[in-house]
Amino acid sequence: MSTSNIELPAWIEVILIPLLNICIALFFAGLIIFAIGENPIEAVRVMLNGAFGYDEGVGYTLYYTTNFIFTGLAVAIAFHARLFNIGGEGQAYIAGLGIGLSFLLLDNVLPPVLLIPVGILSAALFGALWALIPAWLQAYRGSHIVITTIMFNFIASSLMVYLLVNVMIKPGSMSPETREFSEASWLPFMHEIFGWFGVTITRTPLNISFLLALVCCLLVWIYIWKTRWGYALRTAGQSEAAAVYAGIKPKKIIIITMCISGALAGFVAVNEIMGVHHRLILNFTAGYGFTGIAVALMGRNHPLGIIFASLLFGVLYQGGAELAFEMPRITREMVVAIQGLIILFSGALALMLRPAIVKIWLAIRPIPSVAQHG
Amino acid sequence: MQDKHSQGEGIRPPRSDANHSKNNPDLQDQRSAIENTEQNKTNQPLAIELRKISKRFGQVQANNNIDLQVQRGTVHGIVGENGAGKSTLMSILYGFYQADSGEILINGSPANIKNSRDAISAGIGMVHQHFMLVDTFTVLENVLLGAEQSAVLKKSADNARQALQHLSDEYQMSVPLDTLTGELPVGQQQRTEILKALYRNAEILILDEPTGVLTPQEADQLFRVLQALKERGVTIILITHKLREIMDITDNVSVLRMGEIVSTQRTADTNIAELAELMVGRKLQTQHFNKVEHPNGSNGIEVHNLTVTDDRGLTRVDNVSFEVKAGEIVGIAGVAGNGQSTLLRVLAGIEPPDSGSFIINGRTVDAQTHVNPKEMREIGVQHVPEDRLKLGLIKSFTAAESSVLGYQNRRRFNWRVFLNMRSIRAACKSLMQAFDVRPSDPKLKSASFSGGNQQKLILARELDQSPSVLLVGQPTRGVDIGAIELIHKKIIDIRDANCAVLLVSVELDEIMTLSDRIIVMFEGRIVGTVSGKDADKTTLGLMMANAMESAA
Amino acid sequence: MDSLLNAQTVLSTLDATLRVSTPLILCAMAGLFSERSGIIDISLEGKMLSAAFAAGTLAAITGSAWIALAGAIVTSILLSLLHGFACITNRGDQVVSGLAINVLASGLTIVLGIAWFSQGGQTPALASDARFMPFELPLIESIAQIPFAGPFMQSVISGHNLLVYVALFAVPITWWVVYKTRFGLQLRAVGENPLAVDTAGISVSRLRYKAVMTAGILCGIAGTYLAIAQNAAFAREMTAGQGYIALAAMIFGKWRPVPALLACLMFGFLDAVSIRLQGVALPGIGEVPVQIIQALPYVLTVVLLAGFIGKAVAPKAIGVPFVKER
Repeated sequence: MSTSNIELPAWIEVILIPLLNICIALFFAGLIIFAIGENPIEAVRVMLNGAFGYDEGVGYTLYYTTNFIFTGLAVAIAFHARLFNIGGEGQAYIAGLGIGLSFLLLDNVLPPVLLIPVGILSAALFGALWALIPAWLQAYRGSHIVITTIMFNFIASSLMVYLLVNVMIKPGSMSPETREFSEASWLPFMHEIFGWFGVTITRTPLNISFLLALVCCLLVWIYIWKTRWGYALRTAGQSEAAAVYAGIKPKKIIIITMCISGALAGFVAVNEIMGVHHRLILNFTAGYGFTGIAVALMGRNHPLGIIFASLLFGVLYQGGAELAFEMPRITREMVVAIQGLIILFSGALALMLRPAIVKIWLAIRPIPSVAQHG
Repeated sequence: MQDKHSQGEGIRPPRSDANHSKNNPDLQDQRSAIENTEQNKTNQPLAIELRKISKRFGQVQANNNIDLQVQRGTVHGIVGENGAGKSTLMSILYGFYQADSGEILINGSPANIKNSRDAISAGIGMVHQHFMLVDTFTVLENVLLGAEQSAVLKKSADNARQALQHLSDEYQMSVPLDTLTGELPVGQQQRTEILKALYRNAEILILDEPTGVLTPQEADQLFRVLQALKERGVTIILITHKLREIMDITDNVSVLRMGEIVSTQRTADTNIAELAELMVGRKLQTQHFNKVEHPNGSNGIEVHNLTVTDDRGLTRVDNVSFEVKAGEIVGIAGVAGNGQSTLLRVLAGIEPPDSGSFIINGRTVDAQTHVNPKEMREIGVQHVPEDRLKLGLIKSFTAAESSVLGYQNRRRFNWRVFLNMRSIRAACKSLMQAFDVRPSDPKLKSASFSGGNQQKLILARELDQSPSVLLVGQPTRGVDIGAIELIHKKIIDIRDANCAVLLVSVELDEIMTLSDRIIVMFEGRIVGTVSGKDADKTTLGLMMANAMESAA
Repeated sequence: MDSLLNAQTVLSTLDATLRVSTPLILCAMAGLFSERSGIIDISLEGKMLSAAFAAGTLAAITGSAWIALAGAIVTSILLSLLHGFACITNRGDQVVSGLAINVLASGLTIVLGIAWFSQGGQTPALASDARFMPFELPLIESIAQIPFAGPFMQSVISGHNLLVYVALFAVPITWWVVYKTRFGLQLRAVGENPLAVDTAGISVSRLRYKAVMTAGILCGIAGTYLAIAQNAAFAREMTAGQGYIALAAMIFGKWRPVPALLACLMFGFLDAVSIRLQGVALPGIGEVPVQIIQALPYVLTVVLLAGFIGKAVAPKAIGVPFVKER
């Protein structure tokens, strides 16, 4: 008989099973490292040292974490409305376009205090816009949002190549990137901020968007669980029929949720373009959008879980770079493989262990029999 | 039956079912009675024998020690209310579920039916309530599916075509073999199902609620086909809750109630009234409420020539007119699926009508002017939905969150855009206390309450709005006895507070206990109105079943 | 401008179309088998990439194209089984599972490639006898003089490697299997109404496993083509989104073999043309940016899915795990 409708205590569902799944994923990752001929334990040590062992490593780890928080939140909020947004990558990319366009036009026109807000807003706006079209197609035309968002990733990629090569390229330059934006539009680096207070830390790409990411976590948590909009979102995600009964319009929820999701993904561009590169370049999203899916699955779509999952991926990215340096047989792409394993075990195979755990649980605590009521 | 799985968390004690078998005549006596009749050949082995079949889903005992004997070459009816366990029993016979215990004998020898394939090879064919057809396939392809003779279709298709031609000649049921089944009328789809079974040489044919979707004419044709099958020695099991059909076509009949067989007898020895009583035999602690005979309030609901069509183009509510006055309860009786549910949804603003109109609490709604449930709530129309787990609450929400479903935007539950969880929990707590919801903990997940407590919470939420019109669907489905009493009491109270109440229930007892006036619906139409004071079960049962006759 | 429309250019463009369409066709047929059975398959990309890596590796080690092909198919089937284990046995989310396979393949092929060959993720360049090489069809010389058909046959149809023809044959075979065989009948049924299949006494799981494994075989051939037929080695990320284009083509072909083939050829043609159009101004239009042509398959698919050109109706049960008990 099916075990799917037998209830387990929260600590098993929310903590034990997810942890076991991650352990299995990491076990297989270790197996791969072992197969390559390296020592997995040593690899973990190198990674952790690379990620936390010195403050430059920490800076890089948190810089990557920032991106993952944004894309993880984007996937998670959509998920609560039962929407699968695979388009984070494209939404982040197009958000970069938003920043690029507004800064190319305005960075020498607007007063400096306005530049940063305008940049952040245009990133949110363009990211939202790129999610709005698939959302509209899902709500009003019945297109499958998974397929449309995949397609929109590719369309975004072609569009950006075209614009950067033909339109926005710095005049006279050979490489497809814009001119550098005026310094007033740069987000302060963390080492600069610490410097204002007289604390010296190593220069890293870590910038103030990390704080923005943490704020976003808090806001998303409040939005989903503490506002009536989030209430409507969760209701529509759990049961469309109940939403209609409660006077909530599911189509509207799809549109609003995807726009928020796209805006969150768009903040990757804030970290990358406004925080680090200070010009629009090709492929600055570097797969962060896809990693967001692994992050959300691992963090069980909860902002707190997403912070931890993002940190883990931050460690993997930064530690992975260190690992590639220390163990030449292992490359940075090992992180991508681990990401795949985590998506597999925390996502697609998330329920693999459940039947066995239910059996064990029932052996410990059998449920009482109750006669049927006509 | 589907709505049972969430109830009973050990919060209330399991109740004894002993008194429910008191109507159960001694099966042994009946069996010999059947065997001694001249019509049933005593030496004929039984086509099917079930011994002590039990099946439990989680905490729900769907079938309990079922013994059933079906004579070869007869039509055997199985009747019972929704959720009595009929479909589960037949699913076990067809290998869809496995019984937890018990034995199945086919033609006298034990059969181990683990899946549909085993059932088919044991000679069992089944026509499911929801047809198991591939809509994008032709009739021929549907028949062929799973009965192909070789890897390449051509030859088996030709053979099947011939065999089907033969079968449809023999039983006079022609079906266009090369038409997509999705484009066929329901009656022909059903024939396709029967042909599927016959093509697989079924000697035992199970039909699960076969007439639920048919027009009276199609039903007549079906019965002619069944008659012809029986004459050729096919054993037929007919599952239905339409008693008229049982009387018309079956040789023997078994009544199933709460997962147990309560009676098996020759159809000729019984009558509709007796079967109806056996079927709905749940003895409530008979509560007597005063009946309002001549309500003098204004019209709470006024329905004029309302017609509603579903996605498939079938008319669900057919030119219905009635009114419900403030201070009275109007009950809609009828077998499930005769338009009551649709009517309720339309009145609640969830679905728009196709033609006709209704005035509810002063607001006119027709095919042009839509309303949504939110507007309905705002004008004092409250709705306790039939399907509480799908509509009434969100299983993964806390009780507090579910207790504001539909009212999440109300000022008292919000501070600007933020939910005021403290006031929501406090409100939930007071609802729980007023309606004796146990455990009265607003932070518990909605799914972890028993069915009765979930229902009390929903009712509490809606009644808290002091509605002037209350729409209630299946208020006590899957609810324990204790909760039933309280729910009924609360519905009467709101009536006495001058609310117009429209009650939809498939439980006749409930309709009779609560209603001041009873409307009987059949196939989307109103086929009778009875004063609540004068109603008796036999009359109502006859009206619900007799309607079939008057329509044909 | 003139050079664009002369016969030689047209023929060589069509020739290139066939070459770039080959992996698309194979993957589109693979996707068709999987999705017709009700299993969404966005992992065409990952299976093809892994197969290409396996083919490149085995060809480099053994020097045999045939062993490489076999190994590639086995690799791809193993990933199909993983997809099946997640989606069929464990009722996991089909999109998530497909994505996991794509990400895993993308990472693992590079990690293993560098660990084994230390060539930046490439496999060693292959000699021609470890590859599937182009060959002329027999008797092609004798018909070369026939106007139009002759040069067409000689320049476009002939002169490809074996796997191109395998891809072209895969389409009628797919059509025949899907519409004319027992497996095809059951396959189409299980994607529409798995309950009907179950009650007909057929195992839904086994059927779906067969379908995803068939998809595995075809993706395996596609990967082999990329690594050791079209190219002389595996290169990192060499599938470059072609699995997704094939998925788009299959949807564009409304889950039917012949329309899917036409969509693949159209997308392949767009690709072939876009290379030739680079920097060329068309009369009346001006220069068409190559990126627009590259994005066209995706845009067209979105437009189709939105129901603006015809209606693409997916198999009804697609994406829904089959749950028998309540």
